[in-house]
Amino acid sequence: MTAPRLHVHKLRAGFGGKEVLHDLELEIAAGTVTAIIGPSGCGKSTFIRTLNRMHELVGGAWVKGRVLLDEQDLYASDVDPVLLRRRVGMVFQKPNPFPSMSIRDNVVAGLRLTGTLSRGQTEAIAERALRQAALWDEVKDRLDDPGAALSGGQQQRLCIARALAVDPQVLLMDEPCSALDPIATARIEDLIHSLRGRYTIVLVTHSMQQAARVSERTAFLLRGELVEVDDTRKIFTKPNDRRTEDYITGRFG
Amino acid sequence: MSDSPRPLTGAPPLGERLIEAALAGCAAISLLTSAAIVLVLAQETFAFFHAVPITSFLFDTEWTPLFERARFGIWPLVCGTALTSAVALLVAGPLGVLAAIYLAEFATPRARDRLKPMIEVLAGIPTLVYGYFALRVVTPCLALVIPDLQGFNALSAGLVMGLMILPTVCSLGEDALHAVPQTLREGAVALGAGRLATLFLIVVPAARSGLLAALTLGLSRALGETMIVAIAAGQQAHLTLDPRSPVETMSAYIVQISLGDAAAGTVAYRTIFAVGAALFALTFATNALAQRWIAAARRVG
Ligand SMILES: Nc1ncnc2c1ncn2[C@@H]1O[C@H](COP(=O)(O)OP(=O)(O)O)[C@@H](O)[C@H]1O
Ligand SMILES: [Mg+2]
Repeated sequence: MTAPRLHVHKLRAGFGGKEVLHDLELEIAAGTVTAIIGPSGCGKSTFIRTLNRMHELVGGAWVKGRVLLDEQDLYASDVDPVLLRRRVGMVFQKPNPFPSMSIRDNVVAGLRLTGTLSRGQTEAIAERALRQAALWDEVKDRLDDPGAALSGGQQQRLCIARALAVDPQVLLMDEPCSALDPIATARIEDLIHSLRGRYTIVLVTHSMQQAARVSERTAFLLRGELVEVDDTRKIFTKPNDRRTEDYITGRFG
Repeated sequence: MSDSPRPLTGAPPLGERLIEAALAGCAAISLLTSAAIVLVLAQETFAFFHAVPITSFLFDTEWTPLFERARFGIWPLVCGTALTSAVALLVAGPLGVLAAIYLAEFATPRARDRLKPMIEVLAGIPTLVYGYFALRVVTPCLALVIPDLQGFNALSAGLVMGLMILPTVCSLGEDALHAVPQTLREGAVALGAGRLATLFLIVVPAARSGLLAALTLGLSRALGETMIVAIAAGQQAHLTLDPRSPVETMSAYIVQISLGDAAAGTVAYRTIFAVGAALFALTFATNALAQRWIAAARRVG
């Protein structure tokens, strides 16, 4: 077996005196979709933000343990988090297109922000990323409109296009559909489907149906502890742990 | 729960109505005051243009209302006002915005809590003090490097006026930067943007309508500022855009005549109102223009 794309080892994280994540142990294979489920406040966002080192941007936040990306420890002292985030992209709960930029500029914003956009590339890169994000047909005639003029679902796909344009290996998604209606949600789920294989996706979701629909592996997090991680089908049919079963059958959560 | 009838209609209690009336009264007072001011201004301005043709007000190039052969061209005063305000804005714009950026994005919360009050102290200094600071300190210092500088000049008055409006620009600018949602910063950082790129390509553009509003308010204060220019810029109306020479601003002219002994009803006395009306129009036009600009920036941003 090849080494996992992401290997989380004895990961602990918290804010100030409070430990939010306790000794997480997790391997994520390249090209897979892994869902993180668990009740609100259990540490899903905190966990996903340790994977691109966004967690440490909050005052007082700390991390212990290791997260390996292709066997390289993200928290090694010589790793530049800015460079890391170009390989591990992120999509947030609420769509956050840059309001002062057009649709096209939003897509290439990552390249421009990192000074890696070469002249004459803009159109091609924007088109490719928008096609990947299944947004091209809807916006190809109005690339100069402000990104904020799109609907919520389109904005979220724009944010996905923006993340894909910098060509990451891993895409982190923190409840990307929680602000969207069911139709927009379905489109994002289709999109996640089409991205698997090429990208390694970690998807935080509060919807168990969503986890069941789009992921191959599911991890159940409870009060900062990783209760169980297994094939999605197994988790939803024959979980090993009593607490997982209680959660997916709606006995608490 | 009891089943006694609970009416859905009825007058609000007396206390509530009294408070409402008192508040309406306060609003009315300020409205009436403004109306009265505009009325007096309009009336006296009207009387002025009865005696002086509006063409000479607009097209004459000299402003000498107290001379034997009085001339009433407003442009020298407009130039004086524009010149000192432009210098002030050139100082307070970049300095204020950069200071705001430092406070909002770089200073630790502790440093910010110390620095902000220190900057705001600048706003509490009487403008008279600023005026003498310009005349006695800034002008002599500038004279060391600018040989042609005259004792009274637009440059040092404008520079010091820039210091005066600095807190306004800085404080409002910081608010504008602070109001940029954290989610935008996170969006940029998650794309692998460094700190400066995030700041200048995302945060500042997102805050630009607020930054423009801060600059506009600073400019409005500069346009109307009186004491500094009256003391340090000299009170000679010249049609010039040379900051080294003395100028007279519209506001400085108004105090000059008000403090003098022009008898009510004379043309000299009425110039106060004509100049006042022109200053009002200038400030109003500047603000209106800036508001449109700000609205446009907000639409895109
Ligand atoms: N900035 C913060 N400072 C202190 N505690 C925080 C902060 N953010 C989150 N927490 C705490 O960390 C725990 C996990 O939060 P989070 O990771 O957001 O949960 P989830 O995403 O699963 O809802 C919660 O108890 C929350 O109160
Ligand atoms: Mg969360």
